[in-house]
Amino acid sequence: MSDEKEQRIKFYQTGTLTVGNRLLDPRLRTVQASVDRSNAITSGHRACQGCGEALGARYVLDAAMRATGGNLIAVNATGCLEVFTTPYPESAWQLPWLHSLFGNAAAVASGVAAAMRVKGKAIRVLAQGGDGGTCDIGLGCLSGMFERNDDVLYVCYDNEAYMNTGVQRSSATPAFATTATTPAVGSDPGSEWGQGKSVPLIAMAHGIPYVATATVADLHDLETKVERAMSLHGARYLHVHVPCPLGWGSASDDTIKVARLAIETGLFPVFEAQAGEVTSRRHIRRRVPVEDYLRLQRRFAHLFPHGGRDDKRIDLIQAIADRNVERFGLLEEAT
Amino acid sequence: MALAVGLCRPEVICAYPITPQTHIVEALSEMVRSGELARCAFINVESEFAALSVAIGASAAGARAYTATSSQGLLFMAEAVYNAAGLGLPIVMTLGNRAIGAPINIWNDHSDAMSMRDAGWIQLFAKDNQEAADLHILAFRLAEALSCPVMVCVDGFILTHAFEEVDVPAQPEVDAFVPPFEPAQVLDPKRPITIGAMVGPDAFTEVRWFAHDKQIRALTMIPVLAGEFRARFGRDAGGLVRPYRCDGARTVIVAMGSVNGTIEEVVDEGRAAGEAIGALDVCTFRPFPLEAVHETLRGASRVIVVEKNLALGRGGVLASDVRSALGHEPTRVHTVIAGLGGRPITRVSLRRAFDAAIADRLDEPHFLDLDARMIERERERFTKGADS
Repeated sequence: MSDEKEQRIKFYQTGTLTVGNRLLDPRLRTVQASVDRSNAITSGHRACQGCGEALGARYVLDAAMRATGGNLIAVNATGCLEVFTTPYPESAWQLPWLHSLFGNAAAVASGVAAAMRVKGKAIRVLAQGGDGGTCDIGLGCLSGMFERNDDVLYVCYDNEAYMNTGVQRSSATPAFATTATTPAVGSDPGSEWGQGKSVPLIAMAHGIPYVATATVADLHDLETKVERAMSLHGARYLHVHVPCPLGWGSASDDTIKVARLAIETGLFPVFEAQAGEVTSRRHIRRRVPVEDYLRLQRRFAHLFPHGGRDDKRIDLIQAIADRNVERFGLLEEAT
Repeated sequence: MALAVGLCRPEVICAYPITPQTHIVEALSEMVRSGELARCAFINVESEFAALSVAIGASAAGARAYTATSSQGLLFMAEAVYNAAGLGLPIVMTLGNRAIGAPINIWNDHSDAMSMRDAGWIQLFAKDNQEAADLHILAFRLAEALSCPVMVCVDGFILTHAFEEVDVPAQPEVDAFVPPFEPAQVLDPKRPITIGAMVGPDAFTEVRWFAHDKQIRALTMIPVLAGEFRARFGRDAGGLVRPYRCDGARTVIVAMGSVNGTIEEVVDEGRAAGEAIGALDVCTFRPFPLEAVHETLRGASRVIVVEKNLALGRGGVLASDVRSALGHEPTRVHTVIAGLGGRPITRVSLRRAFDAAIADRLDEPHFLDLDARMIERERERFTKGADS
C-alpha cells in the first residue's frame, strides 16, 4: 500500500465512527459497507446475541472472499462457529466449507492446499478455530502447518475459554477468570496464575511470512489484516480477540466496548509481524487501568467482593498489561 | 507396495514414520522427488493424526490421497479414522499390522486393525507379497467407486520386510483399471457445499444407515472387482473369502493374512494323509462376508479360527464373527490365539492344536505355544510379593 492509502485508513480509524467510511475512496471502504460483499456467513445462524466470534468471522470471511475474488475454501475446527452455522440440514456458509475434527483444522487445510497446488488451481485456503481448537488440542497440527509453510491462513477466534462445551478453562483463559472448571471458590479463585500462552508469539517463532492480532473492536483493521494476509503466500496466522457475553458475563451490547478496553488496557496487544519480527503495532490512544476492563465482566466479579477490590490480584493483571505495553511498544508515537 | 501405490497415481501422500510401514512411504518420497511420480504432493507431517487429517483435506478437495501407518500410529489417528469414513472420503491407507502396547512391541499381529474394525473402513488382508501390492490397486478402485476409505492390511515384517519377486503391472493397465478420481462431492468455489455439518438425533440414525448400506454394497462389489482384476492382470487378488481345499472338508481352518501360507501347507500335509481338512482365507474382514463364510463352512463339522488378535476378556474377534456367520449350524468353532507380538506360527504348533481340537481336547480360547512355565513362574513371584 502507498503511504497515502495508509494515511487514509488511519484517518478512518481515528475519525468518528459513522463518518469515516464515506470519506474513504470506495476501494478502501470496509467490505461490510459494500452491497457486493459475499455474505460468506449468511444471516439466520444460531450464535448468541452479541457473539464476538460470529461478528469477527463474518468480517474475516467476507474480507478474504473479496481478496481472493471468491476463490476460497474454508476449513473449520469443531467449536461454537461450526455448531451455530451448520445444524443439519441448514448451513450458513456460502462458500465451500469443511469441518473434520476439533484438533485437526490446520492439517485438513494443509491437505486442501496441497490438493489445490497439485491440481494447479488458484484457490486459497482459510482455516479457522476457537482458542481451544487452536491453542490447546489443535496446536500440534497448527505448528506442523506453520513449520511446513503450507499456503493456509489460519484464523483463531479467541474468546478465552471452551465456550461451546459450557465455558471451561483453556490455555487462553486469563489468570483469575472464572470458568466452569476454574470456579471462584477457595483460596485461589478463578483460573490459575501463570505465564499464559501466546500463540501469536509461538507462530512468530516459526518464522512464517505473516502473523497478526486483531479484534472486533477495530473491524476495519481486521479486514485490512485479512487482505494483507491473503496478498501473501505460505503459512499465515491471525489471532482475533472476540468477547463472549455468555462466557465472560458481559452485557451482549458491550461486546465491542469490552474488546476495545482489552486493547486500551494493554491486555490484548494488537500488532503485525512478518518473518518473525514485529512490523507494526496499534498504539493505545487513551490508556485505561485493567480494572475498567475487569469490572464489565462477571467472570472477574470475585475480584471486586462486596464493593471491595482484590488489590493483589488486580495488580498482577495490571502487571501483565504493563508488560505488554512495554514489550510491544504500545505507547510509542506512530512512526 | 510403493510401486503399486505409485501406479495408482496418488496426488497427495502424507507420511509419518512408524515401524514397520515406514519404508513404503520412504520409497514413495523418492518417487515423488525424482519425478517418477508426477503431479503428487508428498507431505511430511508431525503425527499420524495429522497424516490422516491432511489426507482428509486433500480428498475432500478432490485429490487422490494415500497414507500408511501401523499399531500405535493407527490408534493416534483413531479420531480421524472414524471421521474419514463418516465423511465418505475414498482414502487408501496401508496398515503394516503390528501389536499394540503396552508392553511396547514392534512385531506383527492384527490388534491394530481390530481396534478400527467398526470405524466404517473397508479392511482387506493381504495373503502374500504379490497380493500386498495388488490389493492397493483394487483398493483405490473400490474406495472411489463407493466413496469409502479402504485399509490394506499387510502383516508387519512378514510381508512388509520380505524380499520376494513380485509382478508389477504396467502403467497403462493400472490406468485402465483405476480411472481418474471423480469425487462424489468436492469443495469447489463454483458450487459451494458444506461438508461435515452437525447432525442431531433427527437424522443421525439415517446417516449411519447409509454408511452401513455402503458396506453391504461393498460385499457385492468386491467379488466383481476381483473378477475384473483377474481378467485384466491374469492373477487372483482380493475377493471376500478364498476357500482352499474345502471340498468335503470336515475341519476347516479360518485365518486372515500371511499365516494362510503356513496353514495351507498344514492342510496339504493333512490331505496327503487322507484327512478331510481345508482352509478359508478371509480377505475382506470389513464388511464381514457373513454369507460367504457361512456358505463355505456350513458343510464342516469343526472350524478352527487361527487369529492374531485377542479381545481381552472375550477371546478372538474373528472367531466371534465366524460364529455369527454360522448362526444355528451345529458346527463346533474353536479359537486359536496365535502369533501375538510377532511370535512365529509354526506348522508343528498348528498341527498339534488342530489335533487337540479334533480330539475335543482344545481349551477355549487356546493360546498357541503358551509358555506355561513362564506363567507359573510369574504367578509364583506375584504371590510371594503379595505375602511379604
